[in-house]
Amino acid sequence: MTNSDLNNCASCPVHNLGNLKKLGINMSNFDFVVALAGNPNTGKSTVFNYLTGLRQHTGNWPGKTVTRAEGGFEYSEKKFKLVDLPGTYSLLSTSTDEEVARDFILFGQPDVTVIVVDATRVERNLNLVLQILEITNRVVICLNLMDEATRNGFQIDERVLTKELGVPVIPSAARQGEGMNELLKMIFDVASGNYICKPHRIKSNSKELNAAVERLSKEIQAEFPSLPNVRWVALRLLEGDQSIIDAIRSGELGNLKKDEILIETN
Amino acid sequence: MINSNSTNREAILATANNLRWEVGENMHDTLMESIYENATEISRKAVVYPNKKPAFSFDRTLDKILTSRYLGFPIMFLILGVVFWVTIEGANVPSGIIATLLVDTLHPIFKNFADSFMPWWLSGALIDGAYLAMAWVISVMLPPMAIFFPIYTLLEDFGYLPRVAFNMDPLYNKVGAHGKQALTMTMGFGCNAAGIIATRVIDSPRERLIAIITNNFSLCNGRWPTQILIATIFIGGIAPAYLAGIVSATAVVFIAVLGIAFSLIVSWGLSKTVLKGEASAFSLELPPYRPPRIFKTLYTSLIDRTIFVLWRAIIFAVPAGMVIWLVANITINQISLANHFINWVDPFAFLIGLNGVILLAYIIAIPANEIVIPTVLMLTVANLGITGIGGDSGVMFELDSVTATASILQAGGWTLLTGVNLMLFSLLHNPCSTTIFTIYKETKSVKWTVISTLLPIAMGFTITFFVTQIWRLLGGS
Repeated sequence: MTNSDLNNCASCPVHNLGNLKKLGINMSNFDFVVALAGNPNTGKSTVFNYLTGLRQHTGNWPGKTVTRAEGGFEYSEKKFKLVDLPGTYSLLSTSTDEEVARDFILFGQPDVTVIVVDATRVERNLNLVLQILEITNRVVICLNLMDEATRNGFQIDERVLTKELGVPVIPSAARQGEGMNELLKMIFDVASGNYICKPHRIKSNSKELNAAVERLSKEIQAEFPSLPNVRWVALRLLEGDQSIIDAIRSGELGNLKKDEILIETN
Repeated sequence: MINSNSTNREAILATANNLRWEVGENMHDTLMESIYENATEISRKAVVYPNKKPAFSFDRTLDKILTSRYLGFPIMFLILGVVFWVTIEGANVPSGIIATLLVDTLHPIFKNFADSFMPWWLSGALIDGAYLAMAWVISVMLPPMAIFFPIYTLLEDFGYLPRVAFNMDPLYNKVGAHGKQALTMTMGFGCNAAGIIATRVIDSPRERLIAIITNNFSLCNGRWPTQILIATIFIGGIAPAYLAGIVSATAVVFIAVLGIAFSLIVSWGLSKTVLKGEASAFSLELPPYRPPRIFKTLYTSLIDRTIFVLWRAIIFAVPAGMVIWLVANITINQISLANHFINWVDPFAFLIGLNGVILLAYIIAIPANEIVIPTVLMLTVANLGITGIGGDSGVMFELDSVTATASILQAGGWTLLTGVNLMLFSLLHNPCSTTIFTIYKETKSVKWTVISTLLPIAMGFTITFFVTQIWRLLGGS
């Protein structure tokens, strides 16, 4: 079978539906780690339950998930480990439940980060999206609660969003299971490198800030060549984040290995 | 391994220090401003906002009513009351049917079968102890849970819980506790262990500790059936028949609200003494109301909550049933172990308007609150040596209706005062062993675990003592 045949199959939703294998908590020998991030109460746990077949308790109130939940699914013969993170408005604050999300995205280095966005509150949700795009390149936006947005009269052009953010945007209504196949395919494409993201970078009006980030990034990059999120580290360093200062001083910043962090943040 | 030496790393930090001066103090604000500007610009390009806001205005109107200064609490009590009333009215008939099947019909069959080849003590412990305890737990627990949990989950799915938290927040703020404690308290209505894990959303260790210690004042699902049954027998019993359901529901709501009041009082006491401090601010997002998915909710609340809790109750009821049968049948000087204990604590129990049977039941039921009532009934029958009902001592009897339970309890010397005190004591006593273990895991402190365990018992003894003394002064029996 040629490659193009496979692609034809993979892009057909009927094929995809049968292709998803919900693995529940069986997560041995996974190929990719996928993180689920987003503002509180946007439906992360609903997406998580849909993909893994688990029944992580969901409820219509912010703060339902306080710890990391993990589950697995198999898609196109690859095994994915899915990590449901507590909801957070920002990566810049310091509360304990938000720390779980921040540390995992920053140091856990998931292969794909799915950001679940509330389609009725796009502007506010984008604040978190823009921060995460500073940290990681491989992002899929799940534009959730589309049914509510449509009911309330919002019109969202996801192609414009995709273009502006530089990462794929998938409209969905996870409660009804709508858009989940498209989301799966996109997670697969981004994880396997078929889709290359060109994430938006925060543009500041302050020339001083831009110049400072630029210069500091270069120095950090030279010292820690394997670090994927240099700009973010530079920003945190400029803000005087003590944990980042300590990590640089001890050299630990360069030694962060995925597996160690995966265990440590548990 | 990355090749790096400390000189280079210090150089980076030095550069950062210098640059920090250039960027200026407002770095954080500048950055946040940039993020907001970028977000606004992107969403302006991609999102067309609605001209009219029909659904939002519905949400806002509803919020104005549900979180209104004057209507918020009355509506909350009303909703609670209706939920209990539906539970009480709906559970009675299926409870009777299940009891008839499991106890009246199946028990003699099993007993005869077991007696045909087992020694009397083995068939006693297995069938009259373990099986009957299990049958009792199912018939008492299953119907109310199968009604209560789905309704509760529907309310949760709809988005009512954050509104409760919103209403409660000013109260918690006044007593020096965190507003999110309102959320963890609401979780405690389901299960205290779950409520205590949920306190992780509270950042400040001081406020989190207060939330953990006071979570036990939320009646958990192991205690709802006790409250509902006792309220139906003793409180509903003194009302005219057509009002009985409403009166019993009101009594249960009263106990639940009393629990909330105790959690506020104790939080206040703690934050003024051993856990001094100011309440910290937080933002609570009121999510949009969402139409609940009825069938999905029914399914998950039945499978996840009802069956889960029932299974837990059965697991604890089986060994407890054997223990009850043993303490009721092992005798010293012709008197059973259970009776030795009951007679020994009876004088003390009399002071607080309870009886030795209840205290023994609460000791046997430490692993699970769910089995308190079955234990009380088995011990009462054993203690009185009632025959003809179930047969030997330590055997539970047919419970084909609430009236049968009532007549047993009245034969055991129970009065309205005993019922009231049991409802109070069920609210104010030690948490179950699972919760105690969870408190230890979350606080990592023996001291706070012991305090969380003993404080409610001390309060329970005190409150029931005063209620009893005042009751008797006023001439009640």
